[in-house]
Amino acid sequence: MAITYEPIATTTLSTAAASVTFSSISGSYTDLLLVSVPLSGSSDNLTMQFNSDTGTNYSTTILTGNGSSASSTRQTSTATPYMSYYGLTNATPSPNFYHIMNYSNTTTYKTTLSRVGNASSSGGVDAIVMLWRSTSAITSILIKQYQGNNLSSGSTFTLYGIKAA
Amino acid sequence: MPTTYKAIATVTVGAGGASTIEFTSIPNTYTDLLLKLCARGTSNAGAAGNVGYLKPNGSTSNLTRRILYGTGSAVGSDTGTDWAYYVTPSDHTASTFGNTEIYIPNYTSSNNKSASFDSVSENNGTTAYAMLSAGLWSNTSVISSLTLSLAAGNFAQYSTATLYGIKNS
Repeated sequence: MAITYEPIATTTLSTAAASVTFSSISGSYTDLLLVSVPLSGSSDNLTMQFNSDTGTNYSTTILTGNGSSASSTRQTSTATPYMSYYGLTNATPSPNFYHIMNYSNTTTYKTTLSRVGNASSSGGVDAIVMLWRSTSAITSILIKQYQGNNLSSGSTFTLYGIKAA
Repeated sequence: MPTTYKAIATVTVGAGGASTIEFTSIPNTYTDLLLKLCARGTSNAGAAGNVGYLKPNGSTSNLTRRILYGTGSAVGSDTGTDWAYYVTPSDHTASTFGNTEIYIPNYTSSNNKSASFDSVSENNGTTAYAMLSAGLWSNTSVISSLTLSLAAGNFAQYSTATLYGIKNS
């Protein structure tokens, strides 16, 4: 039986950290899936960088609900794309999913689909599409918080590779 | 090479329907759980006919959720004190079953438990529902059973649910 989903690497923080990085990502998969349960002592949002690109080469479109209303917003030409919005990071464990499509091709820009939710009283639910305007194959992913707060001990991050065939 | 996704059990509802679908004695050898449900209800009791509940370890306490939903004509966001999802009620298009995917990460951890729900109830009519939901169970117990129930009526025949275990190594 072909193995479609393969765990590439897992990080569970034993102490607080400013960021988590998956590096030297093999180009042998079709897509990537990052599953995380981030924790934070201060309310914040996740952001992401590919291949250490700190330029304003990212954009997002966000569909979100905060428990009382639904809305949509977007970012253009930003260096810190929102990878969560009302699905924020705090002391409440909340599952975050990031589907990174066709990540290793060197022809097209890269798109990430995010599903994030946080059921705390200040949280909500997000569906976010993020565009990275680069044709480079993605070989590293850095996850950190938008306002710079540390990720707390116990935060978990697993990167899966998905093969189409 | 590890098998990342493994089917733990599948339940298919037989003739006569079923009031619940249960997964018990869930092994603690996985990292995460994924529940896929294809369900139709026997009730047409208005809004209640569209709604089902997931109970971790049979619990109805300390559950909260925040949802983002669409009805075909409106969007909104809401909260609740349960883990709700959508099913297709009996007065919607025949032979149509709602689909739900529920992901529960770190179900054996000593932290409170979270869950992500994607759920739809399709209907070739004026109203159907789709939701994205975040759930929190403020309980540190290992999840060893999952019970699916409905707000009204029973699960109709041919409703199916499969529980997968996911390993991260």
